[in-house]
Amino acid sequence: MKTIKILSTVLVGMLFIYACGSKEQSSSTAEKQTTEKQEKKVPETIKMGKGVGEFTEVEVSDPLNEEWTKRGEAIYDMKCSACHKLTDQRVVGPGFQGVTNRRKPEWIMNMITNVDVMLAEDPTAQKLLEECMTRMPNQNIKPDDARKILEFFRNNDMTKAGKKDEAIKS
Amino acid sequence: MKTHFLNYAAGLSLIFLMASCGNQGSETSQVLGGSAAEQAYVAPGEYDEFYAFMSGGYSGQITAYGLPSGRLLKEIPVFSKYPENGYGYSEETKAMFNTSYGEVPWDDSHHIELSQTNGEFDGRWLFVNGNNTPRIARVDLKTFETVEILEIPDVAGLHCAPFITENSEYLVSGTRFSVPIPQKDVPIDTYKQNFKGLINYVSVDPEHGHMELAFQIEMPGFNYDLARNGKGKSHGWSFLTTYNSEQEHSLLEVNASQKDKDLMAVINWKKAEQYMKEGKFTERETSYFHNLMNEETTIAESEEKTLTKILDPKNCPDMVYFIPVPKSPHGCDVDPTGEYIVGNGKLSADMSVYSFDKIMKAIEEKKFDGEFDGIPIISYEAALDGIVKKPGLGPLHTEFDGKGNAYTTFFISSEVVKWDVESKEILDRQSTFYSPGHLVIPGGETRKPDGKYLVAMNKITKDRYLPTGPELAHSAQLFDISGDKMKLILDFPTKGEPHYAQAIAADKIQPNSVKFYDIENNKHPHATLGESKTKVVRDGNEVHVYMTAIRSHLAPDNIEGFKVGDKVYFHLTNLEQDWDVPHGFAIQGATNAELLVMPGQTRTLVWEPKKVGVFAFYCTDFCSALHQEMSGYARVSPKGSDVPLKWGLNEKLRENEQAAHDFYENAKQNANIGK
Repeated sequence: MKTIKILSTVLVGMLFIYACGSKEQSSSTAEKQTTEKQEKKVPETIKMGKGVGEFTEVEVSDPLNEEWTKRGEAIYDMKCSACHKLTDQRVVGPGFQGVTNRRKPEWIMNMITNVDVMLAEDPTAQKLLEECMTRMPNQNIKPDDARKILEFFRNNDMTKAGKKDEAIKS
Repeated sequence: MKTHFLNYAAGLSLIFLMASCGNQGSETSQVLGGSAAEQAYVAPGEYDEFYAFMSGGYSGQITAYGLPSGRLLKEIPVFSKYPENGYGYSEETKAMFNTSYGEVPWDDSHHIELSQTNGEFDGRWLFVNGNNTPRIARVDLKTFETVEILEIPDVAGLHCAPFITENSEYLVSGTRFSVPIPQKDVPIDTYKQNFKGLINYVSVDPEHGHMELAFQIEMPGFNYDLARNGKGKSHGWSFLTTYNSEQEHSLLEVNASQKDKDLMAVINWKKAEQYMKEGKFTERETSYFHNLMNEETTIAESEEKTLTKILDPKNCPDMVYFIPVPKSPHGCDVDPTGEYIVGNGKLSADMSVYSFDKIMKAIEEKKFDGEFDGIPIISYEAALDGIVKKPGLGPLHTEFDGKGNAYTTFFISSEVVKWDVESKEILDRQSTFYSPGHLVIPGGETRKPDGKYLVAMNKITKDRYLPTGPELAHSAQLFDISGDKMKLILDFPTKGEPHYAQAIAADKIQPNSVKFYDIENNKHPHATLGESKTKVVRDGNEVHVYMTAIRSHLAPDNIEGFKVGDKVYFHLTNLEQDWDVPHGFAIQGATNAELLVMPGQTRTLVWEPKKVGVFAFYCTDFCSALHQEMSGYARVSPKGSDVPLKWGLNEKLRENEQAAHDFYENAKQNANIGK
């Protein structure tokens, strides 16, 4: 992400030269760009283990919503099952068993819907990429559906691991 | 998401900065000074301003270029099979090539027509003709895929096609070579008695773009070569140049050039519509094919049609006229106001410009110079607005910049000439190295041209580029026409021989471009919507493999139980839902091609194993770091053997959790030892 932003700044600078032929302006853009790079901070949500994306507060409640669980399973089947198993077995990507005990709901939903940015900025996601060596595809899952997949994961964790949502407590 | 936004922001900054430096293109060029090439430079990562669609001529395809960079963006397969992505080889696309002659895997594409609303490009569809086996194709500009091909019956050399009306009501086409209608076994020297020419009106469904042959007009046996439809005040009329009004059939270069003038057909299609409603047509049995891609299944379906409706000008007064046009014309163009119609005789030094108002007045006052086969010939002098005197040699085609200027290519003197439409005065001329055919200005055939660039397409390319043996790529030359004088800023090679091109502002297409097919809307009957649904099914000697692809594996990847003599259908569904991640599929010994399957799409390749053994299959489109590993094996046993069907993907690990656990623990330890 950082790279892309800097690249764009450079481009704007280049276009500026292209359009007006001013070298002075381009050097000031370059300075600004360096400052931006230094000021870049790790977002609070990443520090909180929520990753980065549109989900900053997700509520979970009991009992589980059965309809959501079913919809979540259907999407998992179509878009996720080729790389992730429901056990703790890693295939292409990590197994899903216990995922809600390891990761906060926001992190899970951000990873599902904002994977390119997560892989670029979130250290936990980056670590997983180093282990798996295959970038998780952006499967274009809608925000509503991400919540339903979360419900399916919670249900899976109860079935497989006997407990769920442990990550929220930590 | 953010990436796009930033690129967009950079683009906007460019526009803003350009604007701040001067509003006129000519001023920009002054700022840029010396190197003309800078005007065609588009920085890496930046987008072009226009899409230019060029017909591929004898390649049978269309190519999409960016302007002003001249970047080749895509080759769109239309009339020719295309092994690069399996078009025409996959089961879903084979039907596109059905014609009344059987499967025809090639054609000669000529004229690009973009769909229009109110006389402006709307960015929805693109049409092109197949000249050899007369057909018209439609490309959907959301996907850049050919989605429909309609055969046109009882014509030959559908060169005069598919010229569009200003609300895409019709695609007009005319036969280049007149033929016996219906086809029959007659001596060729009975041309004058037996040969006829048809002018065809194909309607376009305003919502879906579906084409239908609405009616045909039976005309004298001439060669109908090019057409344009009226716009604005002349909307409702078509103008078609003809040659060989001598009605000769041999050594046409001499025999069809006898007369000083040929004839241009002037057709009132609104009147024709009225006659159709009144039932003044005759029906004739014939055969032609309509091939249409089903939007939900993305499978092409083919239907034979057996009836056509014909209007005869003899029974339909005031529908068709002729007007004399300079010798052996090849061009016919209508200016943005709809008032001026340019008729170019390629064997005449002068260009005739007709006035629509004068044509109407001449018709009203019956100023006719005789008739041909009952069709009145409008007086040339009465309809003429003026003559462009000796602008060059061999005038072909004309486009307009919307500022009152016309630009005409000259095939023999190899130049583009700019002239004033009203005064007929010549304003500028530039060499095009050499023998240009068509030329294009973005929107140059619409009511609102964007007169910034002009591309001339050359027929011959000697001395332009590094040699590549006897055959050279054709050359296109980009001119900046924003100033008083044309300025050559880029010269780039093209594919096949582009006959015509049309160019459209990128923002009319770019926002609607499909990035992937929503897999939840995939209604393909053999789709595999999820890896758990993969399977292999035998039905006699037919075997259907329901396979999925995702970075970085195919499922199943081990299949056993095929036999020599089987017909194996690989139905591959790409489970990805991400932009620009097609997966490919190729299998050793396949006698057709590969498949490229777009995200969310299903495509089918037939494989007929002929040898016993184990054969590899793999993904052909590099998709991830583990792309090389995206492969598998198909085991083929002798005919009649009893090896059972068996398929899987890492079955042991999938079914046995303990084995999987041990496998990964071992792998981790080995990795640590390595460190």
